[in-house]
Amino acid sequence: MAERSFAKEVQKLRLGEGETFTGEGILAITKALLECGVGYVGGYQGAPISHLMDVLADAQDILAELGVRFEANASEAAATAMLAASVHYPIRGAVTYKGPVGVNVGSDALANLASSGVNGGALIIVGEDYGEGSSIMQERSHAFAMKSQVWLMDPRPSLPTIVRGVEQGFELSEASNTPVMLMVRIRSCHVTGTFTTRDNRRPEMTVADALANPSSDFNRVVLPPMSFVQEQDKVKNRWPAAMKFIKEQGLNERFGPRQAPVGIVLQGGMYNGVIRALQRLGLADLSGDSQIPLYVLNVTYPLVPDEFLSFCEGKEAVLVVEEGQPEFIEQAFAAMLYKAGARIALHGKDIFPMAGEYTGQVMLDGIEGFLRAVAPAYLPAQRLAPNSENAPIPDLSKTVPIRPPGFCTGCPERPIFAALKLAQGELGKHQITGDIGCHLFACLPPFEIGGATMGYGLGPAANAAFDGGGERRPISIIGDGGFWHNGLSSSIGNAVFNKSDSLTVIVDNYYSAATGGQDVLSSRADNATKSTKHPITAALKGVGVEWVRQIDRTYDVPKMLATIREALTTDYKGPKVIVASSECMLNRQRRERPQRNQAIREGRRVEAPRFGVDEAICTGDHACMRLSGCPSLSLKVLDDPLRDDPIASIDTSCVGCGNCGEVADAAVLCPSFYRADVVHNPSERDRKRARFAARVIGWLQSRRAARRLTFTGETA
Amino acid sequence: MNAPFAKQPPDPRLGGILKLAIMAVGGQGGGVLTGWVETVARANGYAVQATSVAGVAQRTGATIYYIEMAPETEHPPVFSLLPAAGDVDVLVAAEMMEAGRAIMRGFVTPDRTTLIASSHRALAVSEKIVPGHGIASADEVMAAIEVAAQRHVVFDMDHIAVENGTVISASLLGAIAGSGALPFGRDAFEEAIRGSGRGVEASLAAFAKSFEIAAARDEGTGSPDVSAPGPRAAAAPAGPARLLAKWQKVMARVAALPAPARDMAGAGLRKVVDFQDLAYGREYLDRLEKVVAQDSEQRAWVLTREAAKYIANAMAYDDIIRVADLKTRPDRFRRIAQEMRATDANLLHLTEFFHPRAAELVGLLPARIGAAVQARPGWMAWIDRHFGKGRRMRSDRLWPFLQLHLLGGLRRWRRGNLRHREERAHIEGWFVTAMGRVARDYDLAVETIRARRLIKGYSDTHARGLSKYDRVMEGITLVEGRPDAADWARRLREAAMQDEKGEQLDGALATIRSFL
Repeated sequence: MAERSFAKEVQKLRLGEGETFTGEGILAITKALLECGVGYVGGYQGAPISHLMDVLADAQDILAELGVRFEANASEAAATAMLAASVHYPIRGAVTYKGPVGVNVGSDALANLASSGVNGGALIIVGEDYGEGSSIMQERSHAFAMKSQVWLMDPRPSLPTIVRGVEQGFELSEASNTPVMLMVRIRSCHVTGTFTTRDNRRPEMTVADALANPSSDFNRVVLPPMSFVQEQDKVKNRWPAAMKFIKEQGLNERFGPRQAPVGIVLQGGMYNGVIRALQRLGLADLSGDSQIPLYVLNVTYPLVPDEFLSFCEGKEAVLVVEEGQPEFIEQAFAAMLYKAGARIALHGKDIFPMAGEYTGQVMLDGIEGFLRAVAPAYLPAQRLAPNSENAPIPDLSKTVPIRPPGFCTGCPERPIFAALKLAQGELGKHQITGDIGCHLFACLPPFEIGGATMGYGLGPAANAAFDGGGERRPISIIGDGGFWHNGLSSSIGNAVFNKSDSLTVIVDNYYSAATGGQDVLSSRADNATKSTKHPITAALKGVGVEWVRQIDRTYDVPKMLATIREALTTDYKGPKVIVASSECMLNRQRRERPQRNQAIREGRRVEAPRFGVDEAICTGDHACMRLSGCPSLSLKVLDDPLRDDPIASIDTSCVGCGNCGEVADAAVLCPSFYRADVVHNPSERDRKRARFAARVIGWLQSRRAARRLTFTGETA
Repeated sequence: MNAPFAKQPPDPRLGGILKLAIMAVGGQGGGVLTGWVETVARANGYAVQATSVAGVAQRTGATIYYIEMAPETEHPPVFSLLPAAGDVDVLVAAEMMEAGRAIMRGFVTPDRTTLIASSHRALAVSEKIVPGHGIASADEVMAAIEVAAQRHVVFDMDHIAVENGTVISASLLGAIAGSGALPFGRDAFEEAIRGSGRGVEASLAAFAKSFEIAAARDEGTGSPDVSAPGPRAAAAPAGPARLLAKWQKVMARVAALPAPARDMAGAGLRKVVDFQDLAYGREYLDRLEKVVAQDSEQRAWVLTREAAKYIANAMAYDDIIRVADLKTRPDRFRRIAQEMRATDANLLHLTEFFHPRAAELVGLLPARIGAAVQARPGWMAWIDRHFGKGRRMRSDRLWPFLQLHLLGGLRRWRRGNLRHREERAHIEGWFVTAMGRVARDYDLAVETIRARRLIKGYSDTHARGLSKYDRVMEGITLVEGRPDAADWARRLREAAMQDEKGEQLDGALATIRSFL
């Protein structure tokens, strides 16, 4: 079950000819796939394309009606390998993943696929996670397109153009027998808008048809001498065919006047940003009509030399707007111009920053800088000589704290890291590696656990250099998502084989939680179309791990701590693995809260837990904060002149996970925490008991109160 | 080859694009808010585009939603996917520091931006983990808002949301609508909420409250609620007449103290009497009057005031008796029920978490016996093994309550126990040291008193606090006699508050040793 349900949105996939779709970019792509008669779809989730997988998962009946196969692949490598179905069969296939990390994982299969070439259109939708809000290293997928000779599309970021890009991508793929990567940037995946839909198309050949009529051709197998032929085929036939198709079908676009002294070449994805800068400079109107010629590269690889050279004709200077580094496109253009003996000035990264997102300000400064240098007549007078200086705005850089992502309220991973922090307090600092997933947040304060992340499922593998052991055992973290993605073989199998004297903590939250809560093999939920409930411990034992501990409630910090302590001090020399399992709180709340409210409404007995802090007992030392970082555990300044420091306070968002109490216990912290369980619809027996207790307690209390001075408002 | 360039005037319709950015913390419902605004605009004949970033990087972290809209025309407008500095009409900040972040990023400019911000704070981890006071200054952000925004509407929208049992997106929408920053009527906004179908009533209520507050603010004069009440009136105690009469007498002694220290001394007296009894309060005043004798008007009675605060805190130390006493007070149950929004239809179960250690348990023993036990590590370890485990007690139940009640009742014998003897000796040592410095270096005496702030917490935290205190006191001895001694003492204390282990403190001490 994914974090977000698309049951409602999925109905939009049924829209027919001439209707209007309103919604997010990623949904529009999904709809476009069906309109293109795709035969099979798959991929691996991850922002920003998780929703595509989630929508497809929720749309299985529609897919079944059309004869389309949906596969939730184990990794991007598996997803790309699936495109093998388009090598021999004229079936359109599409897979999706995050760029560039997904491209990295998929690259082995991608290289093989590219060498074999495809018969049916093969489309890889790459959600490029670059710039603000990104969760990964900043790189370009572009290099992989060049390396493997696959084509890279980067359509203008509006719904109609993205949808058109999907169709053109399939056609380009088929026209040139080459897989095509369709790149959508993080914000264009989530951009909202409208487009006019067409009917969904049933694939001309379904995967079932193919299974009934299998075919094979050893010429398509990547094996010498066929591979040498394939290499020649790439450059002699497929590449020219692609350029011809791009030119003839007008995949790249030109806007603005035909004649002008200057022009701008841009990646399709940069279009809206460029237009906005031009609008701000008074050089484009509301609907994007530009006074400067634009050459929009909806296909950024391969480039088409004569198209570019014809755009340059008659111009004195051209600016290339290309986000990310290095400047592959600009370099290619420079070579084209040099070979053509052109004398035009080529600008790009000399004006724009080499690295980093082209934000609104960067774009404005870049284009303005370009015009100022080569054609100042274009700039409005006010831009040339600004006359007003605004009052300086106070500098807040020392005031405003950074707010990196962290564990959600009630996250079951928090107590695992609280226990690890306590264990390190007892046994000293250890060598620890992290992995990809929410658990990576542990590397930030307050835990600061884990100093490396080398790739999904590679946490334990990243400790391999320390497998030989030493004074203290190396520790690694891996999530259930990473475990099934790659970790079982690359990390755990590797540790067993190399007799690693190490500890691995598997953070099992029942989902691939960081990517949006998709099910994995070990998920505990029933899933109508997937096989779940395969225990991680069984897999561990299957590959030969002997020391395995399963913890079924991560919130039990004392037990967690004791188990970690045991793993770090036991005489057993082989790999030790702790599987720490509790459900992702985000998903659990989403599932349980409506059920609980329903139960309360129906008059059933429900206990709703929440934590609180006794103000007078909390001393404001914040030791609990350093073992939590929970958003609901915060600070409050008391209106008490005797108190210097703010005290702990728990707000209404607390879900009563128990970490506060457990940590207070395990770490021997203060006794100021309490858990309050509000009992809804208590039984008569409950009531009787409570009434009796309250009566006696009340008597004891008033007896004591009568013998002392009490200060109401309880100053302490 | 040069084509002639005839520049065209800028498109006047460009001014019609409304640009609205929402800066929020992941989990605040920014996506819902964005959806509502989009629905309103679309229903009113506007072309709209919204963008967001969803993913793991947004879990509880800072994130931006961005919306652009313009009246629908024949050719669809081209909108930007992300906000640009100096180009935002309405900036909505779902938290005070996010408003600050928006200003830092240039999204709030005096020529055009209406800033709508909730003045509440959701503290960042870095603010929470500091052992001392690490909360960022909202006042500085407010001051910047006054300069940076063309108009601003700032009040606690989170409070309104919580009061109405919903999330901040509803009250933010109310403020957006009420501010008049968007050209749509109130009905249109309410319609959007109704259309979303979930928790509609609560959302509408929060919307309405927020709308009215925002609409009532005059142009540009919106200011945060100054909801902090004035100094709390000194609460008159309740109790038997006999004790109240005595209370009046000790209060008369407080009234005789110098005015600048009087409030603090009153608060301090209440704290120590609440901790033990009236006799203990008199003891407190005895100490304080000794300070007064050495203090003077010229010094504005700073030493007395500080002593009033820290002597009270030191005397009302945190032991098991105090915790048990506070946990069994009559009004506690009611207060918690209120906080948890439990009604008469509900029952309330309370679980307390204790993990006493041998030192705390032995501290309860009569001083001489306790000291004997404490001197034997084997016994202490045995006690820790057998008694020092985590305990969870249901304090709403009779038996656990009775245990706590009896523990709290040990108050009567506290004066004779080991912990009290230790605390008393410690206080005395500190007090004497501080007072011994008054004549030579008044400011250093004040700083010596203030060093007491470092001692707080229970168990390990308490031990760490004590160790920091010892190191600071040692450092003060090193600089004593220098003209800048007080300044160094302050720096040492501040360094000690920076991190858990006192690494910065050690650094400061190393610096001192380097120039001695």
